[in-house]
This record gives sequence, structure tokens and C-alpha cells, in this order.
Amino acid sequence: MVGLHKSEMKNPVVRWIDERLPVFTLMDKEYAKFPVPRNLTYMWSFGGMAMVILMMMIATGVFLAMFYVPHTAHAFDSVERIMRDVNYGWLIRYLHANGASMFFIVVYIHIFRGLYYGSYKYPRELLWMLGVIILLLMMATAFMGYVLPWGQMSFWGATVITNLFSAIPVVGESIVIWLWGGFSVDNPTLTRFFSLHYLLPFAIVGVVFLHIVALHITSSNNPLGVEPKGPQDTIPFHPYMTIKDSFALLLFFIFYFTFVFFFPNYLGHADNYIPADPLVTPPHIVPEWYFLPFYAILRAVPDKLGGVVLMFASILILFAVPWLDRSPVRSMKFRPLARPFFWTFVASCVLLGYCGAMPAEGIWVPLAKVGTAYYFAYFLVILPLLGKLERPLPLPTSISERVLGGGPVPAAAAAKPMEKA
Amino acid sequence: MANSLPPGGAADAATRRDFLSLTTTAVAAVGVAAFAWPFIHSMNPAADTLAVASTEVDLAPIAEGMAITVMFRGKPVFVRHRTAEDIRLARETPLSALPDPQRDEDRVQKPEWLIMVGICTHLGCVPLGQRPSDNKGEFGGWFCPCHGSHYDTSGRIRRGPAPRNLEIPPYTFTSDTSIRIG
Ligand code: HEM
Ligand code: FES
Repeated sequence: MVGLHKSEMKNPVVRWIDERLPVFTLMDKEYAKFPVPRNLTYMWSFGGMAMVILMMMIATGVFLAMFYVPHTAHAFDSVERIMRDVNYGWLIRYLHANGASMFFIVVYIHIFRGLYYGSYKYPRELLWMLGVIILLLMMATAFMGYVLPWGQMSFWGATVITNLFSAIPVVGESIVIWLWGGFSVDNPTLTRFFSLHYLLPFAIVGVVFLHIVALHITSSNNPLGVEPKGPQDTIPFHPYMTIKDSFALLLFFIFYFTFVFFFPNYLGHADNYIPADPLVTPPHIVPEWYFLPFYAILRAVPDKLGGVVLMFASILILFAVPWLDRSPVRSMKFRPLARPFFWTFVASCVLLGYCGAMPAEGIWVPLAKVGTAYYFAYFLVILPLLGKLERPLPLPTSISERVLGGGPVPAAAAAKPMEKA
Repeated sequence: MANSLPPGGAADAATRRDFLSLTTTAVAAVGVAAFAWPFIHSMNPAADTLAVASTEVDLAPIAEGMAITVMFRGKPVFVRHRTAEDIRLARETPLSALPDPQRDEDRVQKPEWLIMVGICTHLGCVPLGQRPSDNKGEFGGWFCPCHGSHYDTSGRIRRGPAPRNLEIPPYTFTSDTSIRIG
């Protein structure tokens, strides 16, 4: 029939809709039949988890916004009212506040997974870059969300971070005044942060959509970093991945709810339960834990502009990783020399996070400098050089051979030239 | 001629069409930029924010060696009644010892009254040093605990990450014992 989509749906109602708007065919193709490599591990469950938390953040956020009052005179009290008087307000707020931390834990693991298995390499460069955009949007959203309860850390965190822009030569001061809508962090700042905090998560949803479209073109990478060669190397997404991801999600929710119900303020800072006071700076300003490594990089540089530039560069450099890593082999499984450098990189991020939480004095300053130096050296020196110097292990000829065949890699495979990533 | 392309004129026609598309795009870009400006500018300080009345301060109750903090445009302003020792220290410091060289004489209207915006020029914390019990840093003025900036008795940066001296707001003496800031 001209003009109608040819649907294979059996149910007549579903079929009638599907012929005119083939969403069912689309869902079936992208989420049920969609072939994924048969060797995916739980490391591949974090993307799905991130999506679920994003929905969780939007759902809890919409309800918080029903009770939250974006005004310097009422914001703190309205959050306290949510905690004490609104029915289940404490639950909704703790889900939201801890959800932000969980979101970053999951996304950071997701990113390190990508770095370990070379998921950013051809043909997935754009998929990776869309991920970095999501990270940037998440950071902006979380930063502005943390300002909303208008506690001491909200206020002083906002002051210090917005002041970073004053380091820009010539136009810096005007930019900061524009960001504030006044001459200090004040009511105009709070109201615009609320507006943008509501908006940006939906922008994230948009970029996540593009991220998934790109994923479904290139399909998933896998722990071996070898592309599937045929149906023997793949399994359909449903039921295999749906059940695996559901189980991972269940474990994740146990972790998340342990914080929500038993340690709801563990990841926060006590000073944010003191109302904002523009006249008194807390003796030790710290950002939320997920910003600590970047904060440490900022403070590791004695020069104001230099620190700001390095801090932004530390995130933006991720955009260039697909071109900095010259090795044709994706998975670190087959890169014996790169592996210790990768784990040292993970350690340097943890070290930076620790330094960011400590006062910028004594041993913490040189340690932060070491961490910063390694962070940048890993991307700018080590990865490009390893691509040239390293002799990777032989790759298996196919996923099924390695997964089903077991045993050592056959000589034939070892003799075969490395597969180009 | 009007109805048909001249022989070999396809390239010529394409150039003319290119020109039209380029001008149309350029006009559209200018239009979008012009339309964006009101939205961008709406985020700059509003008229009422700019019009915040100036602040009057009565200096009479501030004894020598003491300081008070008043609010001006949402920012703390430090008003310090300096001692002769404070002034002497500030004026003896050679300009070569200062990261942001400025004479003490150029920072005050009357030597005993130092009036400054109490915001660290690094990243905007409020430095300590207003209360007698505060840590005043190594130069006897103010100390910013956030990232360790030391200011002297003239509010000039001496050590630490802050790039500039504490800012001097516009103010006038309305009488011997009162000022108007703003
Ligand atoms: C990417 C998703 C989001 C992230 C990472 C995020 C993050 C945050 C954070 C860190 C806070 C401070 C929590 C606290 O300490 O109290 C917060 C507060 C808040 N958020 Fe979100 N948020 C997200 C989405 C949303 C959405 C979609 C809305 C509204 C529709 C929303 C509404 C609010 C409100 C009203 C508050 C203030 C109440 C409070 O502080 O608990 N959020 N958000
Ligand atoms: S804000 Fe004062 S030293 Fe950084």
C-alpha cells in the first residue's frame, strides 16, 4: 500500500499505529533485535544506568521545583520546609541531592571504561565527543543546582567559580557582572541559575538522544576491541542485555538507596546547612566531590589565569583523545605497556581529588602539581608516544573464537597482522 | 536571454546564485545577532540594581585601630580607622616590594581612613582582619583564608595568588565624620 509503512506487528491496533508512525518497528529494531557483541561485560551497563538516573533527576527535580522558592530571602527556608513539612519531601530531596553524586559516579566509570577499551577510536569519535558534551552540561547543571539551597557553600562556591571568569583579560570583569546580573552573587544570580538548572537537563536528554543514535550506527565496542565479524559474534539486545542491565541496575539502586536512607548527607558538606552570608567566608571552601580533581588543578597553578585555563583544558582535552591516541589497537587487554600508564592515570585522578579536598598548603600543593603534570602528560605525551613505541599482543581473529574457543590464541591468529582499529 | 541561460553561462548563473545565497545568509546572521542582543543584555544588571542608593557611613563611633564593614551594592566595604603605626608601615613600604605597585597616598583621601571593597581580588572571598581577633596575615592588614592572600595596612596585595590590591570604591566625605559611598 502506498504511503504506509510495512509493519510486521501482529496486534491489529499496534499494527495500525505502526503503519502510520513506525515507532514500534523502531523500538523493536533498536532495542530488541539490535545486535550487540556477545562478550559485553558489566562495564557496558553503566550507560543504561546513567540514563535511568537522568530520568530520576528530572522526575525528582520537577517535584522539588513545586515547593522550592527561587529568592534569596526564601530559598533556604523553602528547602528546609521541603525537608520537614512537605510529605515525603525529605525523600525527594535526598534522592535528588544523592542522585547527582550517583550520576557522576556512574558517568565517570563509563568514561574510564571508554578510555580503557579504546571506545573513542575510529569509528566512534563523534559518539565519544557527544559524551564529553554531556559531561560538560552535567557539570554546569550540578554546579547551578548546588547554588539553589542558598547555604554557605552554595553562595561561596558560586562566588569562587563565577569569579574564575574574571581571569579572562580585558572582558573578564564585564563577563562576571553579566553572569551575576549585579555586582555580586545575589538574587538575580539565583533566579537565573534556577531557570537554567531546570532547562539544562532537557538539553542533556537531547544530547543523550544523539549519543544513542550515533551508538546505533557504529554499534557497541567490546572488551576485546575487535569488531564483530558476523552473527556468530553477536546476540540480540533483548533479552540478553535487557536482563543483564536490569540486574546491574538493581545492584546500583541498592548502592544509591544505601546513601539515601542511611547516609543522606555523607556526600554533602555540613556548611550548606548554614544560610548564605555574604559577609562571612567559610574558612575552607570545597566544591562537591565530583569537582575536586578539577579544583585541585585550578589551585595547583600559582597564576590565576593559568589555573583557570588548565582547569578548563583538563576537560576539553577529552575531545582530542581520539586523535592523541595513535595506537591502532583499541583494548588495553592487548596493550601491555599502556596498561600500567592507564592505571597510573586513574591514580592521578584520585590523587587530584584528594588534594582538591585538602587546604591548598603544605604537601598538598606539590602533590597536586605532580597529579596535574601526569594528567596532562598522559594525554599529550604518553598516549601519542605509546602508539609508536608499543608492540601490542596479537589480537584474536574474532570474538566468537576467543569467547567460545577458549584456550590460548591459535598460532594462525597470532601470525595474522594486527587488526586496524 | 531573459528566459534561457546563455550558452556556457551555467557557471555564471551559479556565481550569481552563490552571491544571492551568501548575502541572504549574511543578512540572516546579522538579524539573528541583533535579535539575540536584547536577550543577552537582559542578563546584565537591571536598572534598579544599578540604582541601588549610595550608602552613608557615620565615622564618629569608630575608634582608632577599629574597623567596620558596611554593605554597598551587595558587597562588603571595609572602613578602617588606621593608627599612626598602620600609616607609617604602609608609607615606608617601597613600591618595588609590591606586586601591584600603588602609593598609599593614592589609596586614601584622609590618611587615617582607609575605605575599600572587602573582596579578595583572587576569587572573591571576604578576607579576615576586620575584627581584632582575626588573623591579619603577615603584613598586618588582611588575610584571605581561601587560597592564602596577604594584604598590608593599605589593602595592597603582598603575597599569595591575588593579582591586584583591594579595590577602592568611589566615596566622598560629606563632613569630617561621615562619608557617602557610591
Ligand atoms: C542532570 C540532572 C540534574 C542534576 C545533576 C541536578 C543536580 C542538583 C544538585 C546537586 C542540587 C543541590 C542539592 C542539594 O544539596 O540540596 C539540585 C537542587 C535542585 N534541583 Fe536539580 N539536578 C538535575 C535536574 C533537575 C531538574 C530537571 C529540575 C527541575 C525540573 C531540578 C530542580 C532542582 C531544585 C528545585 C533544586 C533545589 C532544591 C534542593 O536543593 O534540594 N533539578 N540539583
Ligand atoms: S579568594 Fe582570596 S585568596 Fe583566593
